[in-house]
Amino acid sequence: MGIRVQVQAQDFDPLQLQRALEGDDAGAVVTFTGYVKAGAAAVTAIELEHYPGMTERSIEAIAREATARWQLKGVSVVHRIGRLACGAQIVWVGASATHRGEAFAGCEFVMDYLKTRAPFWKKELGAFGEQWVEARDADHERAGRW
Amino acid sequence: MIQVRFFARVREALGTDGLQLDASDAPDLDTLQAALLARGEPWATVLAEPNLLRAVNHEVAYGNVPLAAGDEVAFYPPVTGG
Repeated sequence: MGIRVQVQAQDFDPLQLQRALEGDDAGAVVTFTGYVKAGAAAVTAIELEHYPGMTERSIEAIAREATARWQLKGVSVVHRIGRLACGAQIVWVGASATHRGEAFAGCEFVMDYLKTRAPFWKKELGAFGEQWVEARDADHERAGRW
Repeated sequence: MIQVRFFARVREALGTDGLQLDASDAPDLDTLQAALLARGEPWATVLAEPNLLRAVNHEVAYGNVPLAAGDEVAFYPPVTGG
């Protein structure tokens, strides 16, 4: 089943992505969906910039590292770019494995590493104008656990 | 030539998304950055930020890296995706 990475402006269907990870005698598929949150109430949308080429390459490297650490059958990542309203789906990660433990770990690892390594940048938009989102220490602490 | 690219806050602060440098002027990443820092403001401030990240040919650079014609260098702030 292998590794699948998509960076796209358009929305995605989590169930369809999950279905694509089924089979291959996988006993477990663990998935994560991330949404745009307002943070401050005045934020109405975000604009997501990325580094085309490096983005895909870095996510693929993270997924490969996950398959080296755990017995995963498949890893799939979708990340959106461009302008996204609060509440919109922004990222999806799925991992399939024979047993749930490895699927849980693989999914969480990919998400934690993606937050701190993949070259995406969020800008918050609202009546106040616009502002870049600051990187969070908590995200680096989560990624550092692995 | 070496292609240099800037992203997000760095791109906006510099007012450009990239430029090209002659490879003979930038034998390695530190020399390339020093050449850009020497351009005065806003370069001297923006490219001296302590949390600035660097990549060469789509790989994060930890420390100095030799450069050659055709390489692509990027400067960008800490990432905030996901």
